Amino acid sequence: MLAYLIRRILYALPILIGVNLLTFALFFVVNTPDDMARMQLGIKRVTPEAIEKWKQQRGYDKPLLVNSAAGGTEKITDTVFWQKSASMFAFDFGYSADGRSISREIATRMGPSLAIALPTFLIGLVVYVSFALLMTLFRATALDMAGVALCVLLMSVSGLFYIIGGQFLVSKLWHLVPISGYAGGADSFKFVVLPIIIGVAGGVGSSSRWYRTIFLEEIGKDYVRTARAKGLSELRVLFTHVLKNAMIPILTGVVVVIPLLFMGSLLTESFFGIPGLGSYTIDAINAQDFSVVRAMVFLGSVLYIAGLILTDVSYTVVDPRVRLQ
Amino acid sequence: MNFIPVILWSDALVFLLLAAGIASAWYIRRHEHLLLPWRRVARSSVAMVSLLLLSLFLAIGLLDTLHFRVALPQANGGAKAYSPEVLSVLDKLVEPLRTHTEKTYSAPFALALYAKESMTDARGNIVRDYPRLQYGGAHLSDISQRDADVAQRLVLGGTLGFVIGLLLLLGVSSFRRRPESSGSKQNAFLINWIPACAGMTVSRKWCVIAIAFLFVAAFIGAIANLATVYHVLGTDKVGQDVLYLSLKSIRTGLIIGTVTTLVTLPLALFLGVAAGYFRGWVDDVIQYIYTVLSSIPSVLLIAAAVLMMQVTIDTHPEWFDTTAARADLRLVFLCLILGVTSWTGLCRLLRGETLKLREMEYIQAAQSFGVSSMRILARHIMPNVMHIVLISLVMDFSALVLAEAVLSYVGVGVDPSMISFGTMINAARLEMGREPVVWWALASAFCFMLVLVLAANLFADAVRDAFDPRLNRTEAKA
Repeated sequence: MLAYLIRRILYALPILIGVNLLTFALFFVVNTPDDMARMQLGIKRVTPEAIEKWKQQRGYDKPLLVNSAAGGTEKITDTVFWQKSASMFAFDFGYSADGRSISREIATRMGPSLAIALPTFLIGLVVYVSFALLMTLFRATALDMAGVALCVLLMSVSGLFYIIGGQFLVSKLWHLVPISGYAGGADSFKFVVLPIIIGVAGGVGSSSRWYRTIFLEEIGKDYVRTARAKGLSELRVLFTHVLKNAMIPILTGVVVVIPLLFMGSLLTESFFGIPGLGSYTIDAINAQDFSVVRAMVFLGSVLYIAGLILTDVSYTVVDPRVRLQ
Repeated sequence: MNFIPVILWSDALVFLLLAAGIASAWYIRRHEHLLLPWRRVARSSVAMVSLLLLSLFLAIGLLDTLHFRVALPQANGGAKAYSPEVLSVLDKLVEPLRTHTEKTYSAPFALALYAKESMTDARGNIVRDYPRLQYGGAHLSDISQRDADVAQRLVLGGTLGFVIGLLLLLGVSSFRRRPESSGSKQNAFLINWIPACAGMTVSRKWCVIAIAFLFVAAFIGAIANLATVYHVLGTDKVGQDVLYLSLKSIRTGLIIGTVTTLVTLPLALFLGVAAGYFRGWVDDVIQYIYTVLSSIPSVLLIAAAVLMMQVTIDTHPEWFDTTAARADLRLVFLCLILGVTSWTGLCRLLRGETLKLREMEYIQAAQSFGVSSMRILARHIMPNVMHIVLISLVMDFSALVLAEAVLSYVGVGVDPSMISFGTMINAARLEMGREPVVWWALASAFCFMLVLVLAANLFADAVRDAFDPRLNRTEAKA
């Protein structure tokens, strides 16, 4: 298993290099560093000297991919791409446009992001799976039909509606919790409870329906018939036998997102004013801060790949037949 | 000629899609085995009612796609000049909605503006009150007449719409009469469906569809009759009619949902099938490409791409002769980048299916006959993965429509000058903080979106049920 993990991690390297190349190409092939400098500096202060200074300060004054002036390995290393990418692999993301260390920002903002994303994920998982199991229990009855209809209806509603509607109802009309904001420690509860509820509610439709399909597929299998023939109650069949066997398809979809929880949710965080990574990303997009966007892209892909590896490892936990080699 | 037709990029792509759709429909009609699953779709009344709603949206979207520019009044002997404003046939059809703009917010069916203004009354005193709207209910002399007037127009328009719908239905059903299958009750019923509805002797499905059609017709009639004199859904901050904005948003949503297909489909189909069939290094390269793309969080990739495009558009203002052309290019680009981020899932599915198919005996037979790889791919593999493609495309549609709203909120969606559900929601979300609450713009955008996405979801479900070979047919019928 250790050999497998090492191989997977080594395999992640070319993918990360690809990600870096792609974002780099997006930023610099279409637009030169001069264009970027002009945009960052604004229209008023653009002079050739100012642009040069901006580029020099941020290390954009080198050739992009290949430095033909330098010799030896410097040909590749003394370029914008190398300088900007190599440090990323050491998780050193450099500085944002307003001069703050991106790595430190990420470290401090991860907490609030997790405070919302983790409970949403856990509560959501329990709620969706239970709802799906209930629908499976009452399958092919009016209750099941109503449940599916409800799911389709819920998944057709825009995610923005849940947030705006929830904020309006709970915070503005009923004054139960503050509309937005965040505080550390025990105070954080009243700030995170609404985003969590809305996050869970927003996913009910699609997730429960998906789990229901998985359970229905399992319930047609032979072991279920055997279990029933043994005289087990339908509840026991569902909760012990079907639920366990449905774990593999469920894990495929679920474990991948666990590392990505660190990234937070773009929408929820910016609507509720949570100082997490999601709102950090949105702010960077709106301020057109390329170095932050690039850092977040890199972090996102690292976490995604970590999720893929975790998924494989989780298979071995729930299914002893699976061996990683 | 006092107008010139304008074909924007997105228009051209829509026409291309339309042509492709018509061509494939014509092809499918001539092949019974391809028609079979569609017959299964047609058996579901939910799917047919959804299709009715979708066609309505599609019709609005298509009308909004025929663009033109009106000629300006000619100066003496000067060259003919055209207005910089690009209009569509839909704009012309709902002319009163477009031109009746008020000063600022007004509630649905309101007669007065949302905000108070200083006015001079009959005796010359200055009073602060809610001024009457310029257009909304301007034909009424007294506010108390409104409710009766609304009710009257509602009934009148509804009845008119109902009657027109009825005539259309009867006209269509007498045309659709097919003598060759006179044995089936279903076709006989089409001509005299009213007694059939009462007696309930024949297919319930057509009855449901007919009722839905009449309901929609009556609804459109009532709204059309009301919208000429009222702001049925109110007005927004700059006084534009919200109903007009909602109608215009439909095209944007549909384009995001469909034009994206033009990017996704070729990429996923060719790469997925090639990876599965050739294996070896081709497979490695293609797998590498889609792993890289799918490992980037899609919102970030879209954001990065849109930011870059924004810089390019800003530095090349000379490319666009009208603002509509600029907004349109951004829309097309958004479709492109959405396509680039969303083909990986389908590609992975197709690769897996092709890996399975290539071991089939009929493929091995073709190989041993010396059929070229290209021919095997085109004749034997592609037709057998088409159901996956179709299911995935119809399922993606609603997700894309919903994604547009989110992206516009994040600031990387369509151009702010382009009317879309996303820009409507974005403009309206701060209005919830006002007192009294300005809810109508937000509610309209969400309702229109809900109907569109719900219809698309229900239709997609029916398509999936009809095309998925894994489903047990006998069970599906029961």
